[in-house]
Amino acid sequence: MNQFEQYRRRFIGGALAATGAVMAPGVMLMQVAHSRAPEEGVSSKHRWGLLIDTSKCATGCNDCVTACNTENGLSGKTGLQDPQWIRKVELTNNNTGASHSLPMMCQHCEHPPCVDVCPTGASFKRADGIVLVDRHICIGCRYCMMACPYKARSLVHEDLNDTQLAHMPRGKGCVESCTLCMHKVDRGDGTTACAEACPEKAIVFGDLNDPSCEIAQRLATYASKEVRADLGLNTGVRYTGI
Amino acid sequence: MHIVNRELEGNSKGYWALLGGLGALILLGLFAAYNMEHHGHVITGMNNQIVWGLPHVFAVFLIVAASGALNVASVAGVFGNKAYKPLAPLSALLAIALLIGGLAVLMLDLGRADRAIITAWEVNPKSVFSWNVVLYSGFLGFAAAYLWTMLDKTVKPLYPFAAYGAFIWRLILTTGTGLIFGFLVARQAYGTGLLALMFIIYSLLYGTAVYVLVLMTAYLGGQRPLGAEVMRRMKNMLMIFIAASFYATLVYHLTNLYFAKEWEFERFILLDGGLYTTLFWVGQVIIGYAIPFVLMALPGTRDNRNMVALAAILIVLGALAQMYVTIIGGQAFPLQLFPGFTEKSSFFDGQIHQYIPSYWEWMLGIGGFAISLAMVAFAVKILRILPESLADEVADPHAKK
Repeated sequence: MNQFEQYRRRFIGGALAATGAVMAPGVMLMQVAHSRAPEEGVSSKHRWGLLIDTSKCATGCNDCVTACNTENGLSGKTGLQDPQWIRKVELTNNNTGASHSLPMMCQHCEHPPCVDVCPTGASFKRADGIVLVDRHICIGCRYCMMACPYKARSLVHEDLNDTQLAHMPRGKGCVESCTLCMHKVDRGDGTTACAEACPEKAIVFGDLNDPSCEIAQRLATYASKEVRADLGLNTGVRYTGI
Repeated sequence: MHIVNRELEGNSKGYWALLGGLGALILLGLFAAYNMEHHGHVITGMNNQIVWGLPHVFAVFLIVAASGALNVASVAGVFGNKAYKPLAPLSALLAIALLIGGLAVLMLDLGRADRAIITAWEVNPKSVFSWNVVLYSGFLGFAAAYLWTMLDKTVKPLYPFAAYGAFIWRLILTTGTGLIFGFLVARQAYGTGLLALMFIIYSLLYGTAVYVLVLMTAYLGGQRPLGAEVMRRMKNMLMIFIAASFYATLVYHLTNLYFAKEWEFERFILLDGGLYTTLFWVGQVIIGYAIPFVLMALPGTRDNRNMVALAAILIVLGALAQMYVTIIGGQAFPLQLFPGFTEKSSFFDGQIHQYIPSYWEWMLGIGGFAISLAMVAFAVKILRILPESLADEVADPHAKK
């Protein structure tokens, strides 16, 4: 083997090692992060949802609402015509007087009435359970708002005056609601703005289908409740403590 | 005597004033629609609580009345009562016109009216709205074919098919309109298939009332004879339909009153709902049912055609009150997310929702009405819709006096 050949072999070996060194962390990270490539569709292997512990949720605390508004570019105004994707509901038991506080948003139903009634299919449910509005084909008929048992949807009544954020397109005359921070979910953040902001960690985001997930474990351990369970919609958002 | 249909001359000052007035109302309606598109629904009284407002009251009234307006033609074409045959072309024409007026309001109220056409190719087979796109188109087709077979003797063999088709289709159409609400599980006012039947019964009353008013106006304005026999038949139909509508309303509320979970809602509509309670009792029941029924039943007034006209006007006003109570009252009562709890939030949970219609909404709704009436006024001038005479000896020579 002449000197040149030895040099050539060393060079190829070194190049392979370098390539391996560059690639390896990426490959390892992909395994760690479980995130999907942008061209890969969402999968029904996951069912994203929230578990809300109302016993930790404080009356008067509005942090989840503020975080949602900031994350999604909503004004935070609460007039009759202003959109609200998440709101704090204060409850008082009519018989006992016991009070509860909880956040209410789109419940991301398995059988969403808003999707049933939508004439164009603009209201739709992703394979991973997130219920969304396609702003390209929403005609603003508001039938979904009539159909939603949770009052989760809002119509954009006026010009948004360039307050939209790049990751959350909105539009005058279209209906909108909580997206379960799908841009964060798709990015692999593994949480939502409201869950992140809650000082008491009363909101837990996760995959209802993954037994190793905190949310699935808690649901399997503690009694939880769907709001309007009588409707049989199998919501993705569950509550404990009420 | 042979019945001859002839175009209305339509050259009088009154005719042009009518057409001009309706044209002005249509322009105002379009101006309102333009502004609602330009500024958004922020200029209306509608909000995220009352999402369907006054435009829907007018639109649903017109659409329901459209199928009912066909009733007079169906009595002739389907049930074979010859006395109604001369009255049938106007009936089919009015059905088409009312439906188009109602649809115009519905379309122009959309948040994105420019995208309405999307419903033609993005179809959700589970959506009642999607069904209605097919039902509305089909109804227009059947009613137009029906009108054609009545006016053109060369296509007479097709007449029974068109007559039966239109009759069956109108029942399906109004079922579809009722189910827009009937299939809403979320709200206490809705979520019952009873609404489909109620809307069919209401449609008979509302459509016939509008028919009577248009017929009387046309014959008065066109200076053509309109016999007492035709008026007697119309009056009898209206009385039967009032009784049926009252019965349907009674069954709906009795059903709710039997269910404890509906008591709060019924209390709201029947007792302490403010405007909605007033509109129900005074508007729908007294103005819409009781007074017209009495006017058409009492010996002193029942043979006076002006009283029948007044009754028809009151029925239309009662109908609008009914639609207001059904559509807006049904939304004003808050959703019950947590039965047994009092709810409070920044999104107006647990409280009666506020709604004050803006003048834009009045303009749009009345504009839709005007579209329907202008279509009729125009069509009776260019088509042979109206018999030259509906005097007793022509229209119904064998009627018992």
